[in-house]
Amino acid sequence: MPTFTREEIEHLGDLARIALTDEEIGRLQGELNVIADSISKVQEVASADVPPTANPVPLEAYLRPDEPETPLTQAEALSGAPKTEAGMFVAPRILGSEE
Amino acid sequence: MAEKLMKYSEACKQFDPVFGLETHVELCTRTKLFCPAEVSFGGEPNTQLTPVSLGLPGSLPVINKTAVDYAIKLGLALHCEIAEWSQFSRKNYFYPDMPRDYQISQYDKPTNGNGYLDVELDDGTVFRVPIERAHIEDDAGKNTHVGGADGRIEGADHSLVDYNRAGVPLIEIVTKPIEGAGDRAPEIAAAYMRAIRDIVRALGISHARMEQGNMRADVNVSLRRSPSDPYGTRSETKNVNSFRGIEKTLQYEIRRQAAILADGGEILQETRHWDESAQATAGGRVKSDADDYRYFPDPDLVMLHITPEHIERIKAQMPEMPRERRNRLKAEWGLTDLQLRDILNADALDLIEETVKAGASAAGARKWWLGELSREANAKGVSLEELAITPAEVAEVEQLIAAGKLNDKLAKQTVAGVLAGEGTPAQVVEKHGYKIVSDDGAIEKAVDEALAANPDVAEKLKSGNMKPMGVIIGAVMKATRGQADAKAVTKIVMGKVRG
Amino acid sequence: MTATNELVQLSAAEMAAKVRGGEVSSRELVDAHLEVIEAAEPSINAFLHVSADEARAQADAFDAKSADEKAGLPELAGVPIAIKDMIVTKGIPTTAASKILEGWVPPYDATVIERLKAAGMPILGKTNLDEFAQGSSTEHSAFGPTRNPWDTDRVPGGSGGGSASAVAAFEAPLALGTDTGGSIRQPGALTGTVGVKPTYGGVSRFGAIAMASSLDQIGPVSRTVLDSALLQEIIGGHDRRDSTSIPEGPRPMAAAAREGLKRDLKGMKVGLVKELSGEGFQPGVQARFDEAVAKLTEMGAEVTEVSCPHFPYALGAYYIIMPSEVSSNLARYDGMRYGLRVMPPDDVPQTAANMMAYTREAGFGDEVKRRIILGTYALSAGYYDAWYGSAQKVRTLIIEDFNKAFETCDVLVSPTSPSTAFKFGEKMDDPLAMYMNDIATIPANLAGMPAMSVPAGLSDDGLPVGFQLIAPQQRDEAMYKPAAALEAALEESWGGPVWQSLKTPWLGE
Repeated sequence: MPTFTREEIEHLGDLARIALTDEEIGRLQGELNVIADSISKVQEVASADVPPTANPVPLEAYLRPDEPETPLTQAEALSGAPKTEAGMFVAPRILGSEE
Repeated sequence: MAEKLMKYSEACKQFDPVFGLETHVELCTRTKLFCPAEVSFGGEPNTQLTPVSLGLPGSLPVINKTAVDYAIKLGLALHCEIAEWSQFSRKNYFYPDMPRDYQISQYDKPTNGNGYLDVELDDGTVFRVPIERAHIEDDAGKNTHVGGADGRIEGADHSLVDYNRAGVPLIEIVTKPIEGAGDRAPEIAAAYMRAIRDIVRALGISHARMEQGNMRADVNVSLRRSPSDPYGTRSETKNVNSFRGIEKTLQYEIRRQAAILADGGEILQETRHWDESAQATAGGRVKSDADDYRYFPDPDLVMLHITPEHIERIKAQMPEMPRERRNRLKAEWGLTDLQLRDILNADALDLIEETVKAGASAAGARKWWLGELSREANAKGVSLEELAITPAEVAEVEQLIAAGKLNDKLAKQTVAGVLAGEGTPAQVVEKHGYKIVSDDGAIEKAVDEALAANPDVAEKLKSGNMKPMGVIIGAVMKATRGQADAKAVTKIVMGKVRG
Repeated sequence: MTATNELVQLSAAEMAAKVRGGEVSSRELVDAHLEVIEAAEPSINAFLHVSADEARAQADAFDAKSADEKAGLPELAGVPIAIKDMIVTKGIPTTAASKILEGWVPPYDATVIERLKAAGMPILGKTNLDEFAQGSSTEHSAFGPTRNPWDTDRVPGGSGGGSASAVAAFEAPLALGTDTGGSIRQPGALTGTVGVKPTYGGVSRFGAIAMASSLDQIGPVSRTVLDSALLQEIIGGHDRRDSTSIPEGPRPMAAAAREGLKRDLKGMKVGLVKELSGEGFQPGVQARFDEAVAKLTEMGAEVTEVSCPHFPYALGAYYIIMPSEVSSNLARYDGMRYGLRVMPPDDVPQTAANMMAYTREAGFGDEVKRRIILGTYALSAGYYDAWYGSAQKVRTLIIEDFNKAFETCDVLVSPTSPSTAFKFGEKMDDPLAMYMNDIATIPANLAGMPAMSVPAGLSDDGLPVGFQLIAPQQRDEAMYKPAAALEAALEESWGGPVWQSLKTPWLGE
């Protein structure tokens, strides 16, 4: 049913923040077309009168009392960080040169 | 940069503006929306985090009950329909300050929908702003940009991220398209924001300090030739954080868009930002499919059920709303419209009310807060609330005056003492030995000395020229260290010069 | 290793009885299993990390407790356990078998880990899996595949191949797994072990690294039905840190399992799901399944065929819902807060966005990327209703199918997996063929029903076959009774447990 173009896969890679290689894009195109074809049959039975289910067990939300608990220490929070500075996580520059 | 603008009055003659506001209000709950990390500002970076607000693998969100209660309060104040079942969705986008790289926000099933707010303008006109929804969502962390000019993101070498703010609860109030405002659109927008500010403060659900980012708004504007036309393409100016900025943004966008449309141009659907220094909105990002947020119900959170009983419990806790309260106090205190507006502009309504409650007359309380204390606050560049004097202390000073124990001058000195941290009014009076000298003998002696020391003045007074009276009063005050009652001094001088 | 061999081949309940009787200490159990791990790992590779020091310290702490303190602990106290590396353990590396999380040491414990620690159960280490639990063979682990103890040229199933192989190879008496579409049950079937997916919400997910949040459940892996029941009672029950946790205590599962050992199933109604057998199932698998059904009948159960007409749509719905949730749940691995960071090549702007894109490109394997891209598509504007929306509706239809079947049946049964263990590489180039492994296990995940796999014997190829039982939501005990009965009946007919046919050169025989 759906047919993925290379451009679509590239766009999905951008949305998903994965720098896919050309080879990967080509391979994904083929694979996703096969997968999508086989799963698109859900549309056959998904008629308008069927309500959607988001969670399999019907529960209503438990509401937590507004009481603080001991937080992580700064050292614990930063312990896995690839790069830190002054107690903070370092991000490379956010705007690109082209922007 | 210099964009073509049409004269505002001309723009409003040729076009009908339609606008909308999306206001983010930061709630003052103790803990975050989805985890028990404490909400507080100004602490060490990355110290108010649990695995949930840091987005660690395996962590799960659990809804804060107080945040839900606050949302219901706001919904009731905005005359919204409160949904019995509402839902949190994920808004997916990548940004370094987003710990999970998705925001948890109510999307197609918000808690509050379909309300309105009546906004009173300066001339007393009431304008009804229709509310689309008021939904709950969580905030992101904060980026500090390093290596560029003035900490700006442009030209920065890298950014430092503090996630302490991540997960702080927000309510986003979204208006429906506001039509029929005509050239009063900017005024209505600012008045609406003030009304929201007053309401959330009265409800006690937010500190609502715009300058600190507790409240910010996105302003949408579009123009059309005639109210019967469909809506035009709109611009969205993000994160405006002052009332003045909101007013100016609307004015600017109406003028900018009018100029483009009058030239036969097209409005870009884009996000812009208000540049305070340039007094202009600046173009930003054109909306594209990069804004595909892929919303879907957050599978980690089940439906939020708000029962009618829950709503009734909240209703019982609702305080009087600001507009009703203002009208009541105006009547109780016998204020004119102008007097009330002065009080509101000085942000002194609460302080005056508390001062009155503590025993002062309304007129007395108003005089202090709008007079001496406003001057003091201005000089120090702080708000009235931040002055080192409480409404109860102001009331105490007022009572000392009423009891004849202080005159105006001593009262001011007493207040100055309190502000200087010398203690309560009673302690300041005690410390300095302030009291009105009512001993006529002592005043008579001082008057005689003053008249003797200033014979030319004495002559003028005797000849009926009362202008130099102040010289004698001043001399007497000096001699009595300000403790004489000016009225008593005048009376004695009059007796002597006429005698 | 004789003493060791005897010890590690006991069931967990038997080990626990010896601990309670003072015949063996927790420390001795830990040391015995560490010895087997050392011998078996070169050929099995079930573990990504062995936490020997922590396990010994926990065992010693347990052994030092007074009799009174021990008396207050659950039955399995002192028995060691292995943990799928999808579950967060404070101070012990947790990787989800992904390069993107390599070296991450969590600063907190999952709820199930807290409960195991409170029960005095030492943690032997972290077991291997398909990266982020995405796969059915453990071949998608970034740190090499786990081998099936029954034939080390074959896969142990997945994603929880590490936990299943560790238990099958006597490296651990018990393990925890996570099951999103069959990741506990299918490896159970392929390795001749018991694997249980509890009712959705029956066991807290707090600290389980999310794959697909509305489908994931933590559950037990063991060699006997009773051991799983005892373990599920320890890890189950309400947890306020998981909003999807059912606000009730665990069900009486061990009692149900013990009841089952009496092999009396009179009055029990068993439903054979028509859509989950026949075409696509290997004849050897079908034969063992049919024999097991006959055993149930012999024990008094009334067996009838039931139809669940929407099950043929389950795989499609699963491969929309699961990747959609995956695409969002795995967004956080962006090189900012933990794990891998890869900067873009020099000719690409060195921005945060590009750092994230190159980190994710380098850190995720093919299958994970495939699912993220598919899920990103299914959720994107313009496709949501046709894909995600339709899949959620199918989910409703599948729940209705189950509810209708449970009107007339106490428990539903099917083969766990259409085939026995396959060879490495056999299905790696054909994602769709790999996905078919989960055809029988997926409906229970979509509907939140409890389900388990128990050994049904060996197929013609000498490899284990799994028998699946599915019970209604929050009635987990309803499957434990017939499962235990079946286990007892089959073991009687085989003259011992299924693993008596397993060759275990690492035990030094």
